[in-house]
Amino acid sequence: MYTASDLRKGLKIQIDGEPYIVTEFDFSKPGKGQALYRTKMRNMITGVQFTQTYRSNDKFDRPNLEERKMQFLYAQDNEYHFMDTSSYEQIFLTKEQLGDNLSFLIDNMEVEVLFFGDRPIDITLPTFVNLEVTVADPWAKGDTSGSDTKPVTVQTGFQLQVPPFVEQGDKIQIDTRTGSYITRVKE
Amino acid sequence: MLSPAGLRQRSDLLQAIRSFFLERDYIEVDTPLRLPILIPEPHLIPFSSEGCFLQTSPEICMKRLLAGGCERIFQICHCFRKEECGRLHQAEFTMLEWYHKGWNYFDLMRQCEELIGWVVRKIPGCAGLTDGDRLRWQGAEVALAPPWERLTVAEAFQRYAAVSATDALRADRFDEILVVEVEPNLGRTRPVFLYDYPVELGSLARRSRNNPAVAERFELYVAGVELANGFSELTDPLEQRQRFQRAIEQIQEGGKTAEMPERLLADLSRLGEVAGIALGVDRLCMLLLGHKDIAQTAPLIFAEL
Repeated sequence: MYTASDLRKGLKIQIDGEPYIVTEFDFSKPGKGQALYRTKMRNMITGVQFTQTYRSNDKFDRPNLEERKMQFLYAQDNEYHFMDTSSYEQIFLTKEQLGDNLSFLIDNMEVEVLFFGDRPIDITLPTFVNLEVTVADPWAKGDTSGSDTKPVTVQTGFQLQVPPFVEQGDKIQIDTRTGSYITRVKE
Repeated sequence: MLSPAGLRQRSDLLQAIRSFFLERDYIEVDTPLRLPILIPEPHLIPFSSEGCFLQTSPEICMKRLLAGGCERIFQICHCFRKEECGRLHQAEFTMLEWYHKGWNYFDLMRQCEELIGWVVRKIPGCAGLTDGDRLRWQGAEVALAPPWERLTVAEAFQRYAAVSATDALRADRFDEILVVEVEPNLGRTRPVFLYDYPVELGSLARRSRNNPAVAERFELYVAGVELANGFSELTDPLEQRQRFQRAIEQIQEGGKTAEMPERLLADLSRLGEVAGIALGVDRLCMLLLGHKDIAQTAPLIFAEL
């Protein structure tokens, strides 16, 4: 059980049987009046956001959330299938649930799948992933007129800016939190 | 942690406040922080200390000194309120509190205008100020030249809220509506005194002679920030005892204990007419120096220790 005084940004609580994450938080207290806990929350299943003001005696259940390491197997239609590599149990998440994560997800990648009870609701990608460049303009050596970066497309279809020396077929490391280029990798 | 330059500015602010009161013949007092009894206030949670409490406000001690014959006193001290932590709150914070015998709350409003004007002139070049006396804070631009706006609680609710102050109070939603709908609009172009609170919300303030439903209490707002809380003090021991009794019952309903401050009540009839006010020094410092958060204005905060 949490009380309102436990509320802070990032806290996960359960309301009406669903998990929510606190995305914004502000404590206020007028004069010698009641403490008010103003929050903005996001439903971790539907993504719906709402704002609500709570008081000191409000209480919240802890949501039953658990992360499990799983491997991405394949996508079929709208379903993305993952497997627990120790129990061989398989589950899937929908395209909508995965959202921007799809920019960096490739076959056999190990991710953390977040479960609410038995229900998979989200994934956390590795912070750094190595992806192959599938479309890039060739590097004109000695070209001093151009800019410091150029756009390329990687195997997932994601586009980003990289240094001019990166070529088609290269593997590059990307930070999945920001979607930015880190380095070229040799394999 | 404040930088040496920041500490210098905070020190200049404290000295400016002191010089204001000393020039006006106030006595600076320093009363105990650790107290065996507090004023019963349902929404303040005290820290306990070896069977005593750390003060949530210096009011109980300062009123004893007024009963002892002091005419004008001020104090800059630390107060402690458990579970208060936010942009405008720290569990330990610095309070300026002062009392003036023979005055009422309107006299104190005028003195607030003078005090802030004095401080601003004494510490020129504050990062939060432009053109000498225009304060810029979080998108608001506030002209500090007096006179400031005076707005009753009833008018403020009428102007900014969807319900009246009376209905909000009846629905137990007064604080919520004040914070969410009213406060953000207060003092955005010039400071405002919000005054005449429902008597239920002014436990230590005198009932208004013109309208017995309200207490002679005011709050000063600058750029939406509540900066000070003042009253014409209630000095009738009988009425004060009844109000304390209600507060004690409310505290007990919450499963906690509180005692009747008998010595304060015994002294109360010797106070006569007096007005008193508390001002958040960290918040003033925050506004003048252009910080976003009071934690940025304290020499050190708990989390850094």
